[in-house]
Amino acid sequence: MTIPFYVAPEQLVRDKAEFARKGIARGRSLVAMDYADGVLMIAENPSTALRKISELYDRIAFAGVGRYNEFETLRKAGIRQADLTGYLYSRDDVTAMGLATAFSQTLGMIFIRDPKPFEVEILITELSANGGDHRLFRISYDGTLYDERRFVAIGGKAERLSEALEGLWRPGMSLREAFAAGEEAFRQAEGRESEGWEIAALDANAGRRAFRRIDLSEVTG
Amino acid sequence: MKGRPFGPLPIDVPVPGSSFTDLLDALGMSPKLEIPEGASVPSVPEGTTVLAVRYEGGVVMAGDRRATEGHLIAHRQVRKVFPADRYSAIAIAGIAGLAIDMVRLFQVELEHYEKIEGVALSLEGKASFLARLVRNQLPLAFQGLAVVPLFAGYDTITNTGRVFSYDVVGGRYEETEFATTGSGARLAKSFLRTTYETGMGASDVAALAVKALVAASQEDTATGGPDLLRGILPNVVRIDSSGFQELTDEEIHPLAQEAVETIR
Repeated sequence: MTIPFYVAPEQLVRDKAEFARKGIARGRSLVAMDYADGVLMIAENPSTALRKISELYDRIAFAGVGRYNEFETLRKAGIRQADLTGYLYSRDDVTAMGLATAFSQTLGMIFIRDPKPFEVEILITELSANGGDHRLFRISYDGTLYDERRFVAIGGKAERLSEALEGLWRPGMSLREAFAAGEEAFRQAEGRESEGWEIAALDANAGRRAFRRIDLSEVTG
Repeated sequence: MKGRPFGPLPIDVPVPGSSFTDLLDALGMSPKLEIPEGASVPSVPEGTTVLAVRYEGGVVMAGDRRATEGHLIAHRQVRKVFPADRYSAIAIAGIAGLAIDMVRLFQVELEHYEKIEGVALSLEGKASFLARLVRNQLPLAFQGLAVVPLFAGYDTITNTGRVFSYDVVGGRYEETEFATTGSGARLAKSFLRTTYETGMGASDVAALAVKALVAASQEDTATGGPDLLRGILPNVVRIDSSGFQELTDEEIHPLAQEAVETIR
């Protein structure tokens, strides 16, 4: 039997984190922000088949960047968790907080346990029930959970997108205005035009299932 | 992961496909349906008459509000017609407790599939899945605890309303005009057979459905007629190209009034 080389835990964690960050930085970014009727999510995504944003529960959406197969695994697990909780107890018992904690625990466990960490960053958004701030939870590759307000960005250009949105976001923007702000933020952060948009919203006027996909023609022209 | 779905996500659970029912099975959380040998069946509430009628461009479903327990009335305002998803509805007859649970599971199943796969099941697919849920209850049916649903919806592939009826072993039958189930089913069906006309519109069919329920309530003690004094009205829903829609009490009241006045 061979004895494995000793690697200091600090070194191991640093290497894994660097590996995950590099993977995420290669992918495209995504933003979510409050607007007049709910939460708008915009992702740069040339594909119309492989989705980054999707419905998680009645008032909760999931978005992921990084490796598709990895955040797809997380998305499906999240839907299973949400539907199980709602079926066993009540639809009201499914909350973004509960799900975000579960995602955080799962990513944290994978980061420590598996030789290769997930190269993903995910976002859980929830419509507020009482008209206050909506929930925007960001979860990084190592399971760290951030509770954001008003707007949030994930992916390689997340920091620059957030900086750009700081100047562009205003409270109570219409759907069109919010999309225009997101588009401009991408332009400033990336320094180029987008290769295709995936747009979705949690719309307070959409009924029980608040999630809806938005066609580009609805927010432009 | 057995038991409560908390803590880390169920990532390591081998789940076959996109079915919520299979997920419950994989987690050992499916309802246990075995009844011990020789056990006597308790007296439990039963749902009675529901029906579905097709028309040009959609389908109407209706149900009375009574649940019976033996010769007694168990509930006066029970609901037996439910939305299954955006384009379909399910109505139930038989053991109420089991039936309502079946509806809940069916609703979660359809939405779960849609979210996991990114597209909804076809109407045909939904109807087949419901047949499987009914068949799963077969051991209970032999104990006298039968649940028989009706399923109807708008098929976005063929652009028509479609109706499916079931039997206790999970047999699935597509009906071309109308379907009924429950204790007053035969009475309602006889009524529909003599009054249904091809080419009827949505409002004609809704009025006809309410009349058929009232006709059944005249002969069958387990079927509740409209109680206009107390405002207990049948549930009526309509599904067409714009999706599932429940008729309001204001819309149903005149239909019930007319039915009560005209049915002998």
